[in-house]
Amino acid sequence: MGPNGAGKSTLINLLAGLLRPSGGSLSVMGHDVVSDYRKARRLLGVVPQELVFDPFFNVREMLRFQAGYFGCGPENDVWIDEVLEGLGLTDKANTNMRALSGGMKRRALIAQALAHKPPVLVLDEPTAGVDVELRQTLWAFIKRLNGEGTTIILTTHYLEEAETLCSRVAMLKQGEIVALDSTQNLLNRLQSKQLKLKLAGALPSSLEPLKRGENAGYVTLNLSATSEVERILGELRAAHVGVEDLQMIETDLEDVFLSIMSSTS
Amino acid sequence: MRGLYTLFKKEIWRFWKVAFQTVMAPVMTALLYLLIFSHVLEAHVHVYPNVSYTAFLIPGLVMMSLLQNSFSNSSSSLIQSKVMGNIVFLLLTPLSYVEFFIAFLAAAMVRGLVVGLSVYLVALFWVDIPVAQPWWILAFALFGSAMMGAMGIVAGIWADKFDQLAGFQNFIIMPLTFLSGVFYSIHSLPPIWQQVSRFNPFFYIIDGFRYGFFGQGDVSPYLSISVVLVSFVLFAAATLWMLKRGYKLRG
Repeated sequence: MGPNGAGKSTLINLLAGLLRPSGGSLSVMGHDVVSDYRKARRLLGVVPQELVFDPFFNVREMLRFQAGYFGCGPENDVWIDEVLEGLGLTDKANTNMRALSGGMKRRALIAQALAHKPPVLVLDEPTAGVDVELRQTLWAFIKRLNGEGTTIILTTHYLEEAETLCSRVAMLKQGEIVALDSTQNLLNRLQSKQLKLKLAGALPSSLEPLKRGENAGYVTLNLSATSEVERILGELRAAHVGVEDLQMIETDLEDVFLSIMSSTS
Repeated sequence: MRGLYTLFKKEIWRFWKVAFQTVMAPVMTALLYLLIFSHVLEAHVHVYPNVSYTAFLIPGLVMMSLLQNSFSNSSSSLIQSKVMGNIVFLLLTPLSYVEFFIAFLAAAMVRGLVVGLSVYLVALFWVDIPVAQPWWILAFALFGSAMMGAMGIVAGIWADKFDQLAGFQNFIIMPLTFLSGVFYSIHSLPPIWQQVSRFNPFFYIIDGFRYGFFGQGDVSPYLSISVVLVSFVLFAAATLWMLKRGYKLRG
């Protein structure tokens, strides 16, 4: 994850050999992407960010060619059928790439990256500009692949996507990793849960230090632990301020992201 | 080997799927040249004794079509993939730059040879052409198409847009082919232009190819084949160097 220009795509392009590193080294499952590029690229399936396609061929032809470049022959056709099936492309298999809708093209791109059955799949913003239904389909498919043993690396702008799919998150800023941890640890890093209250009266002054903000009649308070709720409610009762509504808000990745990005600026 | 073969097959399919445009159209164009020029000049121009102008013209037209189409195949495939962005699917593969080169070159040669052969076969309906030395014919056809296939790869990699490629084609390839002696013998030119023609590698391809049919030419076929081979080696070296460095393909 990272803002625009953080270096997410650059990193992927370096990994895939589309860019040459000016220094340092990268490897895929122990195979250097420059000196041992044949092995490294065989292990890698990359889904480009843009909807690029070859207008001369239909989906199945394209997948066969793509697998062929990696040295796979007709024995691979069973796998291609599986990928088509998994991505809901079976009835589009004989359709020219040009004639596919945007969403179908996106699926075909993923299928193309998977054509040679790589153990590592890299998705560069797979759901950018994709409707909700397709996003859910793709997420389900990605989860299934991951469950079957494929390592998935994805870049995303959608924090929800990272939170739902990823077990480990790296945050990039201006080409540097500013955070790399399991999703849970990152979430724990911002301990603060929040309590959102709609009060019948004014917030007692004893609770002012906890106040985070006020919006549309709701006061938001920072909590360091859930047990604090009891104390807050007690103080409100003592001050004779009635509670009309109450919501607990969990930290999400967006908060972590914003806090990390602002703290490193 | 399978990767190389797959890329070669794909490149063949690519032009074959649009054969109307990539094979039939150039054959048609060559035939129109043949009809018009032979109609206008048949009675007036005699280049070699006992060879009609129409017969003289045919090997030139065959070779011109062969050269232009070999060039077109590799150059248009590359520029299209670059502009569309789908070149990325090739760059992600484990194919080496040598495999990349061989596949594109071989497919370009096939397209050139198919078009050249078609022009020749159709032209046979109009006029009988002798075949004096078939090995020379074959050698010039193979190395001519190879040279242009390599040149097409260079142009396709170098050009960033269709416009630049069209410039390359219309301001370099077309003048060089038209002024190479397809339609005339350079002996009919003023001495200064005869000298200039000798710097045009296409002149040697056409002349050597024609030698294979009639057993006579403006210069020795050995000189011609040497020029063609050297040109091919130069373009092949340039192509391989560009591909190895990833020039304009890998950042």
